[in-house]
Amino acid sequence: MKLPFFRSPDGREGGGSADPTERRDESVLTPAPEAAGVMAGRVPEVKSPSAPAGPTKIAARDVSVFYGDKQALYDVSLDIPDKTVTAFIGPSGCGKSTFLRTMNRMNDTIQGCRVTGKILMDGQDINARSVDPVLLRAQVGMVFQKPNPFPKTIYENVAYGPRIHGLTTSKAELDGIVESSLKKAGLWDEVADRLHSPGTGLSGGQQQRLVIARAIAVNPEVILMDEPCSALDPIATARIEELIDELRERYCIVIVTHSMAQAARVSQRTAFFHMGRLVEHGNTEEIFTNPRERRTLDYITGRFG
Amino acid sequence: MTETGADKMWARLAAEDPARAARLQRGLKKRYAREGRFKLYGILAVSVAIGFLLLLLGRIIEQGHTAFYANQMTVQVYMDPARIDRAYPQGTNFQQMVAQQQLARLGETDDAQGTKATAYRLLISSELKFRAADLIRNDPSLIGRTVEITAPVSDEADLYYKGEITRETAAEQRRVSDEQMAWLDGLKRDGHVSTTFNAQLFTNGDSTEPELAGVLGAVVGSALMLLVTALIAIPLGVGAAVYLEEFSRKGRITDLIEVNINNLAAVPSIVYGLLGVALFINWMHLPRSSPLVGGLVLALMALPTIIIATRSALKAVPPSIREAALAMGASRTQTVFHHVLPLAMPGVMTGTIISMAHALGETAPLLLIGMVSFVPGIPGAIDEPAGALPSLVYIWENASERAFHERTAAAILVLLAFMIVMNAAAILLRRRFERRW
Amino acid sequence: MTWLVIPLVAVFAVLAYLAGRGVAQRRAAALHGGQKAHSRPEQHGYYAMIWVAVPALVVTILAGVFSGPLAHNLLAADAPASVQALEPFRREAFFNDARLTGEGQRAFQVWSGELGEALTTEAARSARLHQTLTWGGVLAAILAAVMGGLFAWSQIRPTLRARNRVEGWIGGLLFACSAVAILTTVGIVFSLLWDSLRFFQAVPVTEFLFGTQWSPQIAIRADQVGSSGAFGAVPLFAGTFLIMIIAMIVAAPVGLFSAIYLSEYASALSRGIVKPVLEILAGVPTVVYGFFAALTVGPAFREFFNGLGAMLVGGPLDGMGQYLMLVQNQMALVAGAVMGIMLIPFVSSLSDDIINAVPQSLRDGSYAMGATKSETVKRVLLPAALPGIAGALLLAMSRAIGETMIVTMAAGLAANLTLNPLDTVTTVTVQIVTLLTGDQEFDSPKTLAAFGLGLTLFLVTLLLNIVAQRIVQTYREQYD
Repeated sequence: MKLPFFRSPDGREGGGSADPTERRDESVLTPAPEAAGVMAGRVPEVKSPSAPAGPTKIAARDVSVFYGDKQALYDVSLDIPDKTVTAFIGPSGCGKSTFLRTMNRMNDTIQGCRVTGKILMDGQDINARSVDPVLLRAQVGMVFQKPNPFPKTIYENVAYGPRIHGLTTSKAELDGIVESSLKKAGLWDEVADRLHSPGTGLSGGQQQRLVIARAIAVNPEVILMDEPCSALDPIATARIEELIDELRERYCIVIVTHSMAQAARVSQRTAFFHMGRLVEHGNTEEIFTNPRERRTLDYITGRFG
Repeated sequence: MTETGADKMWARLAAEDPARAARLQRGLKKRYAREGRFKLYGILAVSVAIGFLLLLLGRIIEQGHTAFYANQMTVQVYMDPARIDRAYPQGTNFQQMVAQQQLARLGETDDAQGTKATAYRLLISSELKFRAADLIRNDPSLIGRTVEITAPVSDEADLYYKGEITRETAAEQRRVSDEQMAWLDGLKRDGHVSTTFNAQLFTNGDSTEPELAGVLGAVVGSALMLLVTALIAIPLGVGAAVYLEEFSRKGRITDLIEVNINNLAAVPSIVYGLLGVALFINWMHLPRSSPLVGGLVLALMALPTIIIATRSALKAVPPSIREAALAMGASRTQTVFHHVLPLAMPGVMTGTIISMAHALGETAPLLLIGMVSFVPGIPGAIDEPAGALPSLVYIWENASERAFHERTAAAILVLLAFMIVMNAAAILLRRRFERRW
Repeated sequence: MTWLVIPLVAVFAVLAYLAGRGVAQRRAAALHGGQKAHSRPEQHGYYAMIWVAVPALVVTILAGVFSGPLAHNLLAADAPASVQALEPFRREAFFNDARLTGEGQRAFQVWSGELGEALTTEAARSARLHQTLTWGGVLAAILAAVMGGLFAWSQIRPTLRARNRVEGWIGGLLFACSAVAILTTVGIVFSLLWDSLRFFQAVPVTEFLFGTQWSPQIAIRADQVGSSGAFGAVPLFAGTFLIMIIAMIVAAPVGLFSAIYLSEYASALSRGIVKPVLEILAGVPTVVYGFFAALTVGPAFREFFNGLGAMLVGGPLDGMGQYLMLVQNQMALVAGAVMGIMLIPFVSSLSDDIINAVPQSLRDGSYAMGATKSETVKRVLLPAALPGIAGALLLAMSRAIGETMIVTMAAGLAANLTLNPLDTVTTVTVQIVTLLTGDQEFDSPKTLAAFGLGLTLFLVTLLLNIVAQRIVQTYREQYD
């Protein structure tokens, strides 16, 4: 089956994130070789198609989310495997970010937001009254759309989590965590000599990797990424994508993206959301080459966005 | 106890990485204690504010509510032809006369100096004299007859009836002797004392005698002053804001004006008072203590606030409106006066009313331009000496007569009532016309 | 009153509008076919209206501003020798009374003998002068209106670009409105400087700024001016500082924590209660706070400290007890505490704005790390908002320094050089009020001292405001 030219469907998204830079990032300057397929108008080639999915880490059952009277998410049930990158795709306002935020209960911080259904992490309902969101978030890290380093030094940014959770007892131990986190995030070589300069002074891509280092410094099990590359240039995007691929070894990663090319490049599993409902999910390769649902096909071929 | 989600989570964490789980758990308790304390500080801070407001209002109402009613005595006055000055009735010492008649009715004998009569006289307000004199003036044939006159009791007697002075009050803190108290008890027992709404508080000007002092003079003075302020500050302020927001080109003069306005908004009010003294009184020789000078000073003070409020109202009008008008071929002036300003008007009026309410309560500059002097009566023009509500509060607070205390609190209640009405009007206006773009 | 001419000008202006419109219509009708007037008749009407109203108003304002000084100078120039011989302060008072008497009001002082007679003649002369100037002003205004109207009449023709002219005028008038802001500043600086310079001729600046004795009532005697050391303002500065510090100790934590509570913790319901409460507190006039401080807080504090003292007397802290028993109503603590309460809404609303300006993404980042609210506030929001909060506190300090009524009613008059919050102190603002309300002579060194204090107050608060606004501005730009 031959798909038409992959005209960056995200470019038509109405959301604030669909800015010109990222359009360029997909369709003009995409550096990753595998993205060449997109340029040529073919179906994006799925990387590591045969990656073995780990055991189920998070299981969502009939999850609905309401903002006041408005329902944003309808009865989503989905299994998310461990040691795997799962991508959520779909047009703006389809509920993919809302669903992502239920997994570390960030929706708690929004007034008037209500979540029903069950989200089980390793078999436990994380919305149970007795589950402490503070503890949960130490297990489930999150990276946001726009890099948001704290206005502190690079060192303090990474040390923030271990400090508040009391994970270290000595300065040496903390130094070790900071160094290893920065190394895991691939930032160490660039900042080793200026750990005590402000994190806000880094470039956008470096800031996003700093934020990833900050998230992994508390050694979480799951990392949620909400369009982590949408504010970055193509080169920085490529670095983050490489990083995500490396992190897959240790963590369960869930990434929201509106770039199908990115979903194809980094994920093994893909879930497609539309109008607050989960339309289809499965292996990334399958979703992109042989979707079961008409809507999925229309979306990935760029017929709507 | 059943196994909860949290317990399960701990169990798993502990199994995977006992050291980490232990540290997390150890920290968590302390962290929640800190969290609770921190939130408590916030609640305490807010409670201080609420508590203080309640205390403030409560105390003022407690101190002031008694001023809204007053005690009147009704006495039979024999218009003694031997003592009344027919040509000039108000020259007659009616109080002493009535006091002697009352003592005679009680069958008390006075000494040669009339000590008792003098003491009794102090219980009668001089209002009785004015009422008696008025009666005589209107109908001289009353002389030689007995007339019933109702007049307020003196301030000290009023305090006794209101229970603010008792026999237990230390002698140096009261000016009513036990003997006088006995007389007052007698009057009340015989049904000669009535408690009525203190209308004089609202119909009289200031007076040195507390029982006759009222706020009307100050209210009129404040109203005249606000009139001057509004007539000057509103057109100037709106004009300046329109210029800065819609006409000015970025440049050194505009920057200078902007910096100026921001700083003027933060200049202490007393400095405006000094400006008023130097400029309006010492140099322009405008009349001291007049609503004209007060209004001018308050206008200069209110100007920056009005400009800032108007500018933010103008800023809230979306540029698309301006572009639409300009695209129709309207000039910049037409665009502003036909479209932008009318749309910004609710915001402008809200800001203006709030700054007027603020000006109404401003006191310090008024003291400097002479509004601390005692001004009896009700001012009739903006260039006559007048009082103002806030300065009346200051004057009465400084007065030594104890009866002025309750009147000070009452004057504050009147002042607050005006401010509440103005602010409520501003809020209503905002609610009614608020537009979200 | 020269100002009475304003309604007259308004009537003239309306007539000018109607006339201008009519003339323009007639002249446009006389045009040959094909030609068209540049502006609409109404715009010609406005053109005429402006030419009538603006010159008349300018003349009226000038007359209003200058007739007072002019009358005064004319009066002073031809005054009888007995008046000329008076020392300057007395002479000013004399002319002031002459003017009041001329207007049929009560004079402030009793002038006897030769001066009493002079007052009668001068009062009559003053009344005549004022009448002449008033009518002169009115006539000049009418003349200006007529001349402006004639000029407009001569200008109105179909080719006149009336709309552009009118808009040029409107732009100019609006600029004049905003120039009032500059004029006000110039007026403040000029009036403070002028009288301060006269004050500093009598009392050296160094003595004023560094002297530790403040007793202006003594220095009113001419032979003591400048040499008595009675105008040393250091005790006032110390008192102002002490009360400001006490106020900030109350207002800074309470205001800041209120802001944190409101922006981070409060539910919609409690915000709906607390915000109006703070707005009401902010709207209560300071004279009301003053009344509350003087009649409720002062006596309560005194009772508390006297009671405490009575308990301590005879014990190991006997001296302290003796001292506490003598504490008065008017202590720095009372004025400072009540002023602190007054500043709570000010600090709170400024801090609220500043904390809200911190981007939500930083909060999200911190919560996503598993931080609690207080950890997010303490470790992320406050450090990020620190410069802005510092600016807000500086603005609050400036307010505290310039606040007048609370201290006037609750702090007292004794110029003690002390940092003991239980002592009576006085402040710069209290002394300004005292010096200018004490008697009616405006030109004695005693009253001039008020302007010296005012200038100091103005400069200090101006400095604080400029620094604070610069800090807050830079802070806001950072997150814009």
